[in-house]
Amino acid sequence: MSEYADTLTADLLRPILQTSWRFWTLAFLLACVVALGVGAFAYQVDRGIGVWGLNNPVFWAFDITNFVFWIGISHAGTLISAILRLVNAEWRRPVTRCAEVITVFALMIGAMFPIVHLGRPWLFFWLTPYPSERLIWPNFRSPLVWDFFAISTYLTGSSLFLYLPTIPDFALVRDKTTGVRRRVYSILALGWTGTTKQWHRLESAMQIMAIAIVPVAVSVHTIVSFDFSMAPVPTWHSTIFGPYFVAGAIFSGIAALIIAMAGLRKFLHLEKYLHPVHFENLGKLLLMMSLLWGYFVFAERLTTWYGNEGSEMTVFWQTQRLSYAPLFWTMVTVNFIVPVFILSFKRLRTIAGCVTASFGVVVGMWLERFLIIVPAISHKYLAYSWGHYRPRTPEILLLIATFGAMVMFYVLFSKIVPIISIWEMKIGQHPQLAHEPRSADEKATMWRTEP
Amino acid sequence: MVVDLDTCTGCEACVVACHAENNIPTAGPDEAARGRAMHWLRVERYWEGEFPNARLKFRPVLCQQCDAAPCESVCPTYASHHTDEGLNAQVYNRCIGTRYCANACPYNVRFFNFYNPTWDKPLHLQFNPDVSVREVGVMEKCTFCVQRIKAAEVTAESEKREIKDGELKPACAQTCPASAIVFGDLNDPESKVSQLWSSGRGEKLLEEVGAQPKIVYLKRQAMA
Repeated sequence: MSEYADTLTADLLRPILQTSWRFWTLAFLLACVVALGVGAFAYQVDRGIGVWGLNNPVFWAFDITNFVFWIGISHAGTLISAILRLVNAEWRRPVTRCAEVITVFALMIGAMFPIVHLGRPWLFFWLTPYPSERLIWPNFRSPLVWDFFAISTYLTGSSLFLYLPTIPDFALVRDKTTGVRRRVYSILALGWTGTTKQWHRLESAMQIMAIAIVPVAVSVHTIVSFDFSMAPVPTWHSTIFGPYFVAGAIFSGIAALIIAMAGLRKFLHLEKYLHPVHFENLGKLLLMMSLLWGYFVFAERLTTWYGNEGSEMTVFWQTQRLSYAPLFWTMVTVNFIVPVFILSFKRLRTIAGCVTASFGVVVGMWLERFLIIVPAISHKYLAYSWGHYRPRTPEILLLIATFGAMVMFYVLFSKIVPIISIWEMKIGQHPQLAHEPRSADEKATMWRTEP
Repeated sequence: MVVDLDTCTGCEACVVACHAENNIPTAGPDEAARGRAMHWLRVERYWEGEFPNARLKFRPVLCQQCDAAPCESVCPTYASHHTDEGLNAQVYNRCIGTRYCANACPYNVRFFNFYNPTWDKPLHLQFNPDVSVREVGVMEKCTFCVQRIKAAEVTAESEKREIKDGELKPACAQTCPASAIVFGDLNDPESKVSQLWSSGRGEKLLEEVGAQPKIVYLKRQAMA
């Protein structure tokens, strides 16, 4: 046991204690990509939203697509990890932290877009209920204000949910380092010494967070869907949007998690901890969500078509057969046909198979958000005012920069925090206690087995 | 407001008048080709039938000043809001440019300042001093010439009387050579607009969407 704990600690702390030139090169390249996006944003602030491809009537396109997409990706972590914790699934142990990190960073990226997309982004704080000298409040009837509350709640909750189980690991790093690092980590560890009382508190806090974060996550994407379903726009004004968006969010979130885990496994050499069975389990989840997503799309399309309402059918045919049809059928292929095919066969449900399916799903879910937004507003009611949309360089750069930022944050985080929860792995490896819930006392003893 | 589609000739004088009255910028050919032309009032043109039996229909479309306006409820900052007089006001200074109102508007009559406004020379010499110019990043739309409404109210109040029917006209109605656009007080049963409103020819645009628009279009009858 002790020998195992030693290699485990050494393996999982290696990325933190040793840094190669490869890391700096990668971080620099990613920072360049992010800088491109920052530059594009500065250019847009200087000139106006006109540098994007938006027009009348397509007032939202890449901006809000990115927003919904990244908020969707954020559903990977917290929701999956909370559910796996609540059902006490043993295989969750190496997975939870890398999932929770995705949530926090994807949320931060997604939550930027409501600010980035503003015509006058420097006045974004008017969306918040701050005590203004003119006593003006935001309009609480507006779904954008609901977004503000939903996202800030979720960001606070998921940050706590990420932080709590990291405390014992921070303490471990604190004890392994010297100098400035030791001081920083001892602040982060909040004076953790591993007493029984501390384990008690950590356990109940995590339990509360795991239960509380599930309804928060579900409500967040429902409220994001309200941005669309509350407006009288053909095909937006739909009751299915709440669950449809939540299902899509979890779907894209699992895909992002699989990709992130595969990257960690390869580049941080975590083959010993992230086993094919983890990918297989997540692959099964992805398969289930793919089927669920297919069902939602079918239900949404069928009711629109059967209802045969004029303005809705205009948008319907735009996506089904006309200008947006190539994107629509690409989406169906990479979101449904390919993943269902790959993930249905055990032989294909390998790491490579799961990652392939996941890349498709990430692309497909971005397209899904785009196809919900743009065809509807470009073909809204009066035919005279219809329009088309073509993206221009600044918004494409912004899109690329969001992916760059996600990877950069992830890479930097895995340099600072053990990306696999060390103490949870140790507890999971204890021979007698591996398959039953443990008392705080026992946890305290086990944690102390490490010198 | 009542718009008589029977007498509208599609001359677009109202569009020009609206631009002049309200300091609406000219987008220029390149931006217009990108779909960024800005006309608070536009004359929609629809063809019915095939040549040689084609029939041309015009419909001037402007902000319908809805009673249950979708643009108002979605605005997070109250930049788009309902005044006590029942107008759909747009407060430019309060607008942060989410553009949500424009997406929610069923009539596509709200416009966004993609850049700071520009005017082709010599239009920059003929600004209306009663109307503010809008900066980059804010939404704008037809106000029913609120500056004229306010001026008429002030005049009437100083003379201690009510505003007379026909005394107050927005720029489009004033300019319309065919008098197809009629503006007035619906609460006054004697006003011209009330009589046309209840003439039986009236229909509202996209009434099924439920925004309760305040403009009535008189259906076309002549087969010319």
